[in-house]
Amino acid sequence: MTSAAPTALPVYISALSKYYGAFRAVDDVSFEIAAGEFLTLLGPSGSGKTTLLMMLAGFARPNAGSVRLGDREVIHLPPHKRDIGMVFQNYALFPHMSVGENIAYPLKLRSVGRAEREERVRRVLDLVQLSGYAERRITELSGGQRQRIALARAIVFEPRILLMDEPLSALDKQLRETMQIEIRRLHDRLGMTTISVTHDQREALTMSDRVAVFSRGRLAQVATPSDLYEKPANRFIADFIGESSFIPVRRTPEGLVYGDQLLRLADAGDGAQADPLLMLRPERLSIVRPGQVACDEKRNVFSGLAQSVVFQGESLLIEVRLDPGDVVLVRQSNRAGEAANRPGAGERVDLVLDRPDARIVSAEG
Amino acid sequence: MESHVTHKQRLWLYILTALILLFLVVPTLIVVPMSFSSANSLAFPPPGWSLRWYQNFFEQDKWLTAALVSLRTAFGTMIVATTVGTAAAYSLHVGKFALRGTIYATLAAPLAIPAILLAIGLFFVYASAGLLNTTAGLIIAHTLVAIPFVLITMTAGFKSYDMSQEMVARSLGANRLTAFLTVTLPQVKFSLISAALLAFIVSFDEVVVSVFVSGGDVSTLTKVMFQTLRDDIDPTIAAVSTLMLVIATVPPLVLQLAANRKRES
Repeated sequence: MTSAAPTALPVYISALSKYYGAFRAVDDVSFEIAAGEFLTLLGPSGSGKTTLLMMLAGFARPNAGSVRLGDREVIHLPPHKRDIGMVFQNYALFPHMSVGENIAYPLKLRSVGRAEREERVRRVLDLVQLSGYAERRITELSGGQRQRIALARAIVFEPRILLMDEPLSALDKQLRETMQIEIRRLHDRLGMTTISVTHDQREALTMSDRVAVFSRGRLAQVATPSDLYEKPANRFIADFIGESSFIPVRRTPEGLVYGDQLLRLADAGDGAQADPLLMLRPERLSIVRPGQVACDEKRNVFSGLAQSVVFQGESLLIEVRLDPGDVVLVRQSNRAGEAANRPGAGERVDLVLDRPDARIVSAEG
Repeated sequence: MESHVTHKQRLWLYILTALILLFLVVPTLIVVPMSFSSANSLAFPPPGWSLRWYQNFFEQDKWLTAALVSLRTAFGTMIVATTVGTAAAYSLHVGKFALRGTIYATLAAPLAIPAILLAIGLFFVYASAGLLNTTAGLIIAHTLVAIPFVLITMTAGFKSYDMSQEMVARSLGANRLTAFLTVTLPQVKFSLISAALLAFIVSFDEVVVSVFVSGGDVSTLTKVMFQTLRDDIDPTIAAVSTLMLVIATVPPLVLQLAANRKRES
């Protein structure tokens, strides 16, 4: 986590709910965001993440719950009194104003004097690497430049919290990846408490200190990107973050069993769930010739039949039907050294899963 | 794109278009030469030229008083109808309340209701409310007639405007009114000016309702024209019509030119 700016505030969300008739858009959500933290709300469309953001900004009124910025309850404050900077999905720059006038808008509303206004506009333009753009028309800007100006306008008045609603979704893939790193760098410099919304899991993992995953209005898990990937709370999260195959396992007195094979697991405590599934990340499985690697305390070996091999550039995706009948995906890196173990469709193979990579998740969220 | 139909094959279309335009314009413009006629009655073509009918207009209290009433009413209507109509269009565009359709239909109803019906209704309401033959009564009646035009124009204006800009403005520290005035209004200003001009012209040209609810010293130009036509037909009517034509067409033309110039720069 980065060092928080002195003005940065923590955000406390507790028991927040928003209903549209019988539909629970946000259902009893509670969590905290530390001062200076970069937190991303991640989820499929309709999961409630945008509604939550709109409640933080003051554009949607919750049916129940509380939002505190530091020790101040803001739930009854209108948007303009919350002192929250917000970047909208479509940027919503004002086309009838120049770039400089757009950025100066929140300063004018705060009666900042002309000289200081100009100085702060200049400084924030430097910060977003668009020095000298103050006189430009909005229509002259490219998509990436508009994104930066929208960001500059949202941070120029030094708000206590910065909100971003799908800030990069309007950009093409390459620009999106550049901007992810740039936004993160900017956040590290400013130390502003930042809450971003996205449906792009890679964006969430790249930019955030922590990610809050939403599903059907509820908070499914909030964790650091690596914990979310390595220790997903349930199948929904494991499925949503990265690729996974799941195979059902049975509980026996000896331990968890797949088919008739006793599993060697990373964490014995993982066996507590009701409907246990073994989560298989495609890149954590390696393909070997049948019988090449023996099963022991350190690894699990599954036998199966390669069904298809798909070339994807930097890697190959291989579909394998395990002998008990489940189909799993295996990712093999496209290196010459791996080619010796590459099966053709219809060949028998063994899959090796090292013990630290063997994780159990529950089927239900 | 190059068309396969030649100009010759489309000749009939050109002729039809020219005829339609001619029918639209000629009856309007025919009064212009008639107003400069030297004859004592309305005649076309005029036997000779003079400005006496304009002189007649500007020298008679009857005409000048009526012209002032019409102008005053049109200005008042413009301000009230534009304000109310814009506010209504805004709330119907932004709001998500249940009665939106009903409210829109009610506000737009004067477009569909026969003017004579509206006029009779207003006459009886005004008679008991003491609003007959008053400028205020005229402004209220004309506002009723003008609101649909403002509503339709402003609804179209708001539709082509990105409402999230107002949300941004509010998140940046503007209250709703400031956000509307500094961000929304400047971007729908051409719609607003068109709506205001329409409201002005609708009021200035209005006949049927005015005939019923105005009278005496508070008679509109249109009502006086009607009365005059009934008694004696002299080319003063043509002069008044020409002046009204100028007032109704020049401001929109100037606006259009200004808008075009702005777009080109």
